[in-house]
Amino acid sequence: MARSNEPAVWSLFAGGGALTALILPVHALALTILLPLGVIEADSEKLVAFLGHPLFRLYMFVLALLGLFHGAHRLRFTLIDLGLHALATPITWLCYGGATIGSLVALWVAVSF
Amino acid sequence: MADETIILRVLRYRPEQDSEPTFQEYEVPYRKDWVVLDALNWIKEYKDGTLSFRWSCRMGVCGSCGMMVNGRARLTCNTFLREFYPNPITVEPLVNFDIERDLVICMDPFIEKLKRVKPWIIREDVKPVEDGPYEQSPAELYRYKQFSMCINCMLCYAACPVVGLHPEFIGPAALALGIRYLLDSRDQGWDERMEEVASHDGVWGCTFVGECSEVCPKHVDPAAAIQQGKVMATLDWFKRLLMPRGQR
Repeated sequence: MARSNEPAVWSLFAGGGALTALILPVHALALTILLPLGVIEADSEKLVAFLGHPLFRLYMFVLALLGLFHGAHRLRFTLIDLGLHALATPITWLCYGGATIGSLVALWVAVSF
Repeated sequence: MADETIILRVLRYRPEQDSEPTFQEYEVPYRKDWVVLDALNWIKEYKDGTLSFRWSCRMGVCGSCGMMVNGRARLTCNTFLREFYPNPITVEPLVNFDIERDLVICMDPFIEKLKRVKPWIIREDVKPVEDGPYEQSPAELYRYKQFSMCINCMLCYAACPVVGLHPEFIGPAALALGIRYLLDSRDQGWDERMEEVASHDGVWGCTFVGECSEVCPKHVDPAAAIQQGKVMATLDWFKRLLMPRGQR
């Protein structure tokens, strides 16, 4: 039997899973809880400068891309295992197509803001 | 104590007389130290000699007596009646397999899947016997030892929802065994074994439900083997992509 090309998307899924599990909770905690509650303080000008740094933009783009492909992969197999086996091909295109469009939007945001 | 009994609801299917499987109830003496297999053997000995089931070692080594006990894939030789007493116990053949007769399943598809992963050491250069064995360090043995403990009881095939949905999926036990040989330092069959392990029916069929490892009586952890297999197949895929004609 021929080898599958699944590694192309599985590596994005695995990378996205590891990254989102490890890093997103830290962002959520810092930006939505600790900062508003005043537990951590940040000078707004410095914060804007930091968020606007090219390396941070690149980092956010990679985070969004891997997170989207992780979610797309999950959604694809959840839908197929729920009984939509016959629609496996369109589901695959829709999921990864959505992740690709989302990643392009993320790239646009990262470059233009 | 000696008069206590327990009910066993056993799925019967005799193809020469039954059009479909039906349940039959048996009242069996209850003993604290009896396992489900003891109760089945008591039925066959004293109540109904026509009841068919596979068993051999009675001690969790041979892997013959796997059945569904109250809906869960178990070895009946290490599933005690006292776990369920005084409630009745339902015994059925392993799911995801065709029934041959009563509690006996047809294991042909499993054997075919085992063959696909070539579960033997493949050598390009076979050295003569007088040159001695292929040596291996304890660290090299440790890499695959856990995955070599499988007794082919097929509980993981009954527990895996992917096997139920896609019968062509090579499945937990056979994939764990294939990966066991991929991890063996003496083996040189990487490429031909990867053709099956890294195929669509191979590790990529697995959606990491993990039930295979839950039911495994030998703690082989096939789910872990398959995840390692996915990483190996992915690294191999990138290697072949970047160095199409390169030697491994």
